[in-house]
Amino acid sequence: MLAKTLFEKLWEQHVVHQDSVGRALLYIDLHLVHEVTSPQAFEGLRLNGLQVRRPDLTLATVDHNVPTTPNRHVISDPIAAQQINTLRRNCHDFGVQLFDIDSSEQGIVHVIGPELGLTQPGKTIVCGDSHTSTHGAFGALAFGIGTSEVEHVLASQCLWQKKPKTMQIVVDGELPLGATAKDIALGIIGRIGSDGATGYVIEYRGSAIRALTMEGRMTVCNMSIEAGARAGMIAPDETTFRYARGRRFAPRNFENALAHWQNLRSDDEARFDATVRIGASALEPYVTWGTNPGMVAPITGRVPDPSSAVSETERAATTRALEYMDLKPGTAMEDIAVDRVFIGSCTNARIEDLRATAELVRGYHVHPRVRAMVVPGSQQVKRVAESEGLDRIFRAAGFDWRESGCSMCLGMNPDILQPGERCASTSNRNFEGRQGRGGRTHLVSPPMAAAAAITGHFTDVRKWRFKEAQSA
Amino acid sequence: MRPFREHTGIVAPLDRSSVDTDQIIPKQFLKRIERTGYGEFLFYDWRYSGDGKLQPDFVLNQPQYAGASILIAGKNFGCGSSREHAAWALSNYGFRVIIAPTFADIFSTNAGNNGLLLVKLPEQQVAGLLDRAQRNPGYKLEVSLLEKTLRDDNGFAADFEIDDFRRTCLLEGLDEIGLTLKHEPEIAGYENRIANRDW
Repeated sequence: MLAKTLFEKLWEQHVVHQDSVGRALLYIDLHLVHEVTSPQAFEGLRLNGLQVRRPDLTLATVDHNVPTTPNRHVISDPIAAQQINTLRRNCHDFGVQLFDIDSSEQGIVHVIGPELGLTQPGKTIVCGDSHTSTHGAFGALAFGIGTSEVEHVLASQCLWQKKPKTMQIVVDGELPLGATAKDIALGIIGRIGSDGATGYVIEYRGSAIRALTMEGRMTVCNMSIEAGARAGMIAPDETTFRYARGRRFAPRNFENALAHWQNLRSDDEARFDATVRIGASALEPYVTWGTNPGMVAPITGRVPDPSSAVSETERAATTRALEYMDLKPGTAMEDIAVDRVFIGSCTNARIEDLRATAELVRGYHVHPRVRAMVVPGSQQVKRVAESEGLDRIFRAAGFDWRESGCSMCLGMNPDILQPGERCASTSNRNFEGRQGRGGRTHLVSPPMAAAAAITGHFTDVRKWRFKEAQSA
Repeated sequence: MRPFREHTGIVAPLDRSSVDTDQIIPKQFLKRIERTGYGEFLFYDWRYSGDGKLQPDFVLNQPQYAGASILIAGKNFGCGSSREHAAWALSNYGFRVIIAPTFADIFSTNAGNNGLLLVKLPEQQVAGLLDRAQRNPGYKLEVSLLEKTLRDDNGFAADFEIDDFRRTCLLEGLDEIGLTLKHEPEIAGYENRIANRDW
């Protein structure tokens, strides 16, 4: 039998129809919906007299434009309020379950899918959001779609797809202390570029990937889209199964599911269209300096000089990025001062991220110039963090402790940067104006963001002096 | 969907690579629930200054590119967010064709679903066209999806490749949902099979 990759196995299992020009109609097992990319899709159903085919495979939440402040059910922005009310009406009219703003399960769609146990190995998962790639951490085929496709899935539970190419990224070796899953992702994108995986589905493999927790794997898969990939995935293993067991929407007959899931891996002889190898031991804590996630340097590095660019295109892009970021070539990354710190987003707002961050800030205080906030990825993350006392550590250190949502990752709610402000952010995109017009975003891991909040500039966490918990 | 067969129009050169969807349509305009009316917000932060004034240097604000319906840009056009609002904004503004060396995947699908033709050309050829559009005010291209060709009236001609499925959908303005629902028996058959799984 022909050896197959994990991706090929999932693809074949979901083909409903194969046409003569190379397109497949794929069945979608889980459709996640949020307020921003769905109103026009539901409207399309109404105009065409269509129903949601499988409300039982569809789940909605509000995350992108919800405020993260207390008493947030009162939304002062009338256009945002209208969009949220529209989702409520659509979910009611079409019978879709909604985890609304006051729900104990509300949160960023890519955080709640896994924590509710809806995200499972072997599933096809879509959402009108590019960071749907996150769910690939479970060995699912998960990718972001546009609103026309959202409408298509609502109506038919299927999607036409051209088969992407396959790329394996093998990360072997031991990740050094101070480098995190986020640094694996930034290291990869720095190597292959922000379009290095366009047209591919990535499978992350190797001992450093196997050693990651589910939270870490989600961070890596989340950033796949920042390398241009259609999706990112990691074959499920004991770590995955342990995480999945016992969750609210886990398979009723878990042992039978497990028997199926255990076959979900690339065959030994399977061939990939492209291979990238990364040595984990050479990875460091990274900081982006430019306006796409591929513009990145180690914390010990310097802002690059456009004159040393390898092509005219790269020189122009670097020059433009440094102008927007207001950075001079040759500046040491550690000398860059920050005004704001954002710890949150579907990339890095899970409980493990908050634990690692709280550990670092314990006993310290945020630099007087800096405003720092922690936005848990979901209400569930927030509850667990509070039960462990993490909120008290953050508050004592001068961080804002917020309600869950996408928040300043994209600034659709009131959490935005002011023009010229510089932010250390645990999110996924450093595009011009992403966090607010004229705002300057540097992507980092949660510990790196926390360290910058305390010292007021980027700081190598490998040199951090941790303070012990005070005995009461 | 509006069909696309042939189009001739003024070419606007946007000499930047990795133009992301946050630039094409900034987030504050994604709160609207309509599918139309995004054209005025296209490239908002590049077209307007912080206080809402026109930025005269930006290509779309220059008089020689008024009414442009073909956009040429650098590689990796449309990277980033899946927001279809980016395709709506380009289309609402009046663009029918975008030419670049490469496009991001999700944006490509969104563009196709809105009757926007994406033409992929080698980097050298794109550079040449950028140059022609910058030097010659009112520079026009003639695009034929039927013949998969581009030409100007001054000797430039090129062929381009496009996925057959996408080409057919564009030529005929096909509605994908309508196509899919014809496969109802297969979809129902698939659903029966998965309903019988033992977990």
